[in-house]
Amino acid sequence: MAERATPLYRDTPRLLLLALAGLIMLMPYIWMVAASMKPLDEIFRASLTLLPERFHAIENYGKVFARIPVGLYLWNGLVVCGGILFFQLLFAVPAGYALAKLRFPGKEFVFGAVMLGLLVPPHVQALPLYVAFSQMGLLNSYTALIAPFTISVFAIFLFRQFFKSLPDDLIHAARLDGFSEMAIVWRVVLPNAWPAATAFSIFSVVAHWNDLFWPLIVVNGQDYATPALGVMYFRSAEAGDDFGALMAAAVIMTAPLVIAFLLAQRRFVEGIATTGLKG
Amino acid sequence: MSDAALTQALPRPARLALGETATAWLLSAPAIIAYLLMLLLPTLATIALAFTDFELGATGFAWIGLDNFAEMLSDRGFMTSLRNTIIYVGLVTPGSIAGALALALLIEAGTRGRTFFRAVFFLPVVSLTVAMAAAWQYLLHPSIGPLNAMLRVAGLGAPEWLSSSSTVLLSLAAIGIWENLGFNLVLFLAGLTAIPRELYAAAEVDGARHAWQRFRLVTWPMLGPTTLFVLTITMIRAVRVFDTVAVLTQGGPNKASQVLLYTMYEEGFTYFRLGYSAAITLVFLAIVLAMMWLQTKVLDKRVHYG
Repeated sequence: MAERATPLYRDTPRLLLLALAGLIMLMPYIWMVAASMKPLDEIFRASLTLLPERFHAIENYGKVFARIPVGLYLWNGLVVCGGILFFQLLFAVPAGYALAKLRFPGKEFVFGAVMLGLLVPPHVQALPLYVAFSQMGLLNSYTALIAPFTISVFAIFLFRQFFKSLPDDLIHAARLDGFSEMAIVWRVVLPNAWPAATAFSIFSVVAHWNDLFWPLIVVNGQDYATPALGVMYFRSAEAGDDFGALMAAAVIMTAPLVIAFLLAQRRFVEGIATTGLKG
Repeated sequence: MSDAALTQALPRPARLALGETATAWLLSAPAIIAYLLMLLLPTLATIALAFTDFELGATGFAWIGLDNFAEMLSDRGFMTSLRNTIIYVGLVTPGSIAGALALALLIEAGTRGRTFFRAVFFLPVVSLTVAMAAAWQYLLHPSIGPLNAMLRVAGLGAPEWLSSSSTVLLSLAAIGIWENLGFNLVLFLAGLTAIPRELYAAAEVDGARHAWQRFRLVTWPMLGPTTLFVLTITMIRAVRVFDTVAVLTQGGPNKASQVLLYTMYEEGFTYFRLGYSAAITLVFLAIVLAMMWLQTKVLDKRVHYG
């Protein structure tokens, strides 16, 4: 709406309003970081000073690393998110290609199934999957954490839409060059669909790094706990009212994605807001 | 039609080594198998379970028709949970939409600080909900929380936020608004950038001098499809509330913060009453489907607005 650059003095009220709203938005982060550096008696005094009188960060963060296997939780988060994304791409990219570029009887049926799948939230499958994994003795395993999410109908849909816009000549040329269909999918089509792949990857990793529902159901105990579960365990078992250490744990587990977000802000916003429309 | 006939009927510059049909099914096979095993069969199994009295650990089960659904009607816990979910959605949806729209308009009204403020408001979307819930727990703590410390300085009372049944749902909704605002903001920003600049100039020529008039004449109607879309998507997101309840209140105090998914989780995975839990899941699914139906209905009508 601003055609020319508004002079700063006229822009100030707008910026002040935004800054105020931003400050409210950041409140939990500000107090989380502040409390993670305070000793317990300062926290219990409930003073409104942000900076600690006695710097207690080393003790608080040290306590988190001493009490819970932070590295293991982060590693589990990485394995689970990486595993899910790997299979999602492995399954969805070829299927998306077939739906976009090949003619075959039953195509409408397959696409209809994809659209139908889009309607069902993942919580609906939880009970039978839990029973199945429990019968197979697979609770508390990476398999249980990863397998249910290996199929993403949303990814198939997204890749189909994106592949459709790629020129057919690209694929014909590759066929004439003797590429197999598999090679076309991975070495011709996917590299040309990089924006869609990045957007989906960010969406998928954010969703599964933050997921609590499914890990809470299939994981019991530390060995396969994801960061979300880690914070929860630390809160209920170890920390109790030790808010300094609890906030330190929260900072540690939140940091990886937040740092990634700050480094690639535009891609994150695009990835989640354009692909996250699935809701 | 056979593969050969198909490829002959549609002449192509290069033939596939394998028939096109076989290739297509082969490429889709992993996805189809995973779809059947992880999506279709479990969904059908949930539907079937909802009509049984299946309990984990029990030796057998019986088909009990609609008994689970009948039980819901007389189950105080479930009815509270359904009511709470509706209230929660009713608070989070308008709150996060109005807030996001206001902030989007403020951000779009100038050129300074766009990326910065977008990042600030989007931060909760990428933050680990469980960890941020712990931060909120500290922030809202009745005695040591900074919020009540501020209220005390201002001479106001110190509500118990998450531990009183009269404020718990309100507090959770506030956190829900905080969580969803950035997501909606980004959608509104995209909608605003798509409005042609000339329309504002034209409105000004027609006498729309004030910002409010231009908003009413141009922004609001042009943003119609975006707003309707944001509305339904926020409702669908809000009805899935689980994390904050599981971490902060476990449905308490005295069931004042029971919500659908948490009740479903408790019935299924704490009490192992899988049949009943499946029936609750179906209610949840029906609500989500109704919202999606509304979305397509509303969007089909309004999408050609501009």
